[in-house]
Amino acid sequence: MRGFTHQLMALVLSVGAGAAMAGVDIQQWVASTGARVSFVETHALPIVDVQVDFSAGSAYAPADKSGLAGLTASLLDAGTQQRDENALADRFADLGARFGASAETDRATVTLRTLSDAREREAAVALLAEVMAQPAFPPAVVERERARAIAGLKEAQTQPGYLVERAFGEAVYGDHPYGRAASEASLAGLTRDDVVAFHRQHYTAAAAHVSIVGDLSRAQAEAVAEQLTRGLAAGQPPAALPAPALPAARVSRVPHPAAQSHILIGMPGLTRDDPDYYALVAGNYVLGGGGFVSRLMKEVREKRGYAYSVYSYFEPQRVAGPFRIGLQTRGQQADEAVAVVRVILQQFIDAGPTQEELDAAKGNIVNGFGLRLDSNAKLLGYVGVIGFYGLPADWLEQYPQAVSALTVEQVRDAFKRRVLPEHLVTVVVGGEGDQTAAVAPDAAKPR
Amino acid sequence: MRLWKQSCKVAADRRDAATAVGRETPAWQWLGALALGAAIAAPVQANPFETRLDNGLRVVVKEDRRAPSVVHMVWYDAGAMDEADGTSGVAHVLEHMMFKGTETVGPGEFNKIVAGVGGRDNAFTGHDYTAYFQQVPADQLERMMGLEADRMHRLQLTDEAFAKEIEVVKEERRLRTEDQPRALVYEELMATAFHAHPYQRPVIGWMTDLERMTADDARRWYRTWYAPNNATLVVVGDVDHQTVFRQAAQTYGQVAAGQLPARPVVEEPPQRGTRRSVVRAPAELPYVAMAWPTPTLRDPGADTDVYALQVLAAVLDGYDGARLSRTLVRDKQVAQSAGAGYDGLARGPSLFYLDGAPAPGKTLADVEAALRAELARIQTEGVAEHELARVKTQAVASRVYQRDSLMGQAMEIGSLAAVGLSWKDEVALLEGIRQVTAEDVKAVAQRYFSDDKMTVVSLDPLPIKTLAARRPSVKTRH
Repeated sequence: MRGFTHQLMALVLSVGAGAAMAGVDIQQWVASTGARVSFVETHALPIVDVQVDFSAGSAYAPADKSGLAGLTASLLDAGTQQRDENALADRFADLGARFGASAETDRATVTLRTLSDAREREAAVALLAEVMAQPAFPPAVVERERARAIAGLKEAQTQPGYLVERAFGEAVYGDHPYGRAASEASLAGLTRDDVVAFHRQHYTAAAAHVSIVGDLSRAQAEAVAEQLTRGLAAGQPPAALPAPALPAARVSRVPHPAAQSHILIGMPGLTRDDPDYYALVAGNYVLGGGGFVSRLMKEVREKRGYAYSVYSYFEPQRVAGPFRIGLQTRGQQADEAVAVVRVILQQFIDAGPTQEELDAAKGNIVNGFGLRLDSNAKLLGYVGVIGFYGLPADWLEQYPQAVSALTVEQVRDAFKRRVLPEHLVTVVVGGEGDQTAAVAPDAAKPR
Repeated sequence: MRLWKQSCKVAADRRDAATAVGRETPAWQWLGALALGAAIAAPVQANPFETRLDNGLRVVVKEDRRAPSVVHMVWYDAGAMDEADGTSGVAHVLEHMMFKGTETVGPGEFNKIVAGVGGRDNAFTGHDYTAYFQQVPADQLERMMGLEADRMHRLQLTDEAFAKEIEVVKEERRLRTEDQPRALVYEELMATAFHAHPYQRPVIGWMTDLERMTADDARRWYRTWYAPNNATLVVVGDVDHQTVFRQAAQTYGQVAAGQLPARPVVEEPPQRGTRRSVVRAPAELPYVAMAWPTPTLRDPGADTDVYALQVLAAVLDGYDGARLSRTLVRDKQVAQSAGAGYDGLARGPSLFYLDGAPAPGKTLADVEAALRAELARIQTEGVAEHELARVKTQAVASRVYQRDSLMGQAMEIGSLAAVGLSWKDEVALLEGIRQVTAEDVKAVAQRYFSDDKMTVVSLDPLPIKTLAARRPSVKTRH
């Protein structure tokens, strides 16, 4: 019976993989400027999406200048040599184009969505090039946005959802660049000179990856990539980030008058090119990544009604990004909920998924691969990751194949080696405002 | 910040397998995007296709063959506005219970089947509707139809499952509302702006009502409203519409029509003066939200004020650098943030919203005055032709961009049906915006925003004294 199931699964998997591959042809080259480029040509809709990723995320800001990466990204469209911020916003809007800029840990990301008609496309791309290469960082706007960032941070610091993220980052990463978060003091110390210097050093062609998806030809895409990176400094590829050290297990509590405790449990996890990548993400699907069907969801939400949201995920980054389990539950039952989560995690580390669970995970990941690529916007996201992190151009084909080949033993082995209770930190924020009664401790035992 | 009346059941905030890039968009974000999108229409074409089954189920199919993927949704014409006093939130609770199994499909089994074929599924509830969806490989559509039809009439609603799930819903309310100061402000705004209309009640329900709710309340809700003649099926993706019509007849066609109760029409009595209320909650920044009663779109060819109000909202807050952020945030630096919201698409009455938080050194009164000054400026000076043109360009472009998302297209079809309109009105909706003149915008700004019709709710931040006092970390064993 089991053998039959396996044959059936193999058939389903190969069909799924074939469907996923259809139509995703990522063309890659290096522009004359030194920028790397990835392009998917698709003419189904009159839309062009462009994303430029720079190694200019928060991990690349100096230790005493936390907040600089985010501030710099947000100020790109604060004015250029030719136009002030209002003129820029009006121009994008008049073209029907959408511009965005943001910074995460590794990357600063600049995006443009435009109609593909030559008139709109050419004007929008020219405007994007202007914004990336010639930001003026007007002193008054820098000053205003810094003040807004500080006010925004003060507001965020009253919200448990933000506090738990920040405390978790600090607890998992300590002094590592991934653990740094903007403070009022660090933001107050940022100057226009800092922004100018950060832009000059990090928004360079050598540190850039350009993703283009949509209704244009290869020749047009090449021209777009040239135009977008021509004005950038050549620059150097970014310095390597240090690997994070593993923290000692501990529990941090931050009191807050919220009714719910916001809880995060985790440690440094995966790199983008990690050899355990597939085993860990497939395993995590079973543990807490698979939405309604995950073990955490079943035990914490469905069986006990402890939480609306409970999940786990690996966030692969240039160096080990976090593995985390997260949930929110009313304060009086926070300890019981954490106890349940720990038992479930330990059982999973010890025994791994069942064959049936792993097959279900494979079914979801492999059969669903096409759904992850069924719009230009989704495709752009993947192309950006593949290009920025230097993954193989056929990564989208390798992915379902690698997942299909996994065994229970491989997943169990990977979790045993990589999710280490002696290094798991737990952060609990809030719950002091819970007015309801505590739960009986024995209600918490996993069945 | 925009204010939305929907509430939804979103799966865990998860980053699964290949979501290298970001988290999946929760349903409420699609709903947010829809506010503008729904106001904007598509070019005329044969697609979508519509039919009605003998049992009354409306079926709308839009063929989009770009990828082997399909979105399958069922929208019930039953939402929080149909609830009775004392059982607020029951529409949403029942939405949760719909995942607990039927006479033939075990609890959680539907989720498991969807996950196994690589799909995702969820549901969401609003004042006007409750909707369920799956996005799956196109060859799985018929199976989804069978399962969704099954739970339309064979739900097993046990006391035990209810007792667990009501706790989940309370946690959801804590997460979305109790611990979210601005959500509390919005809840208060609705409760204050509406004295008679059921929009006064929050979709997720008052906590006090959730505490008293019983499984029988949920069963009664299900028996009353879950019937094919009270629903719209929406399918968008790599499908042939004739095949889908046939499959719908074979699956949903098996469900008997129900006897729907008469729906009371509640008209909000006229407001006779400014209403003000205050919410006190832990926060740093004060915040204010204001609302005025405005028309709801009933006749797409004639209700021109709705289109003019949509344009007014877009001139104020429809793009980066629109008037509110330009004037209040950038130039005068009176606000940390400022926004406007209106869509005019609903079963019940509509509100036009303004909201904002003060910049450092400014007060809530400053922000409120500045927001109203922007309205006053349009009342006296109107809007510029180039602003009008910009807003219309945005509307057309948004329309094109929306076609990139199967879910976005299905949402538009379903949400129009949910407010008594149709995808067929999309053309009229876009044309309505195109016809708006600067004079029209000025006229609606003068017509609807008197002080006597205004409701204002402000957030009075409670200091959090304990914040700095972090307890020392302790070592712990696992």
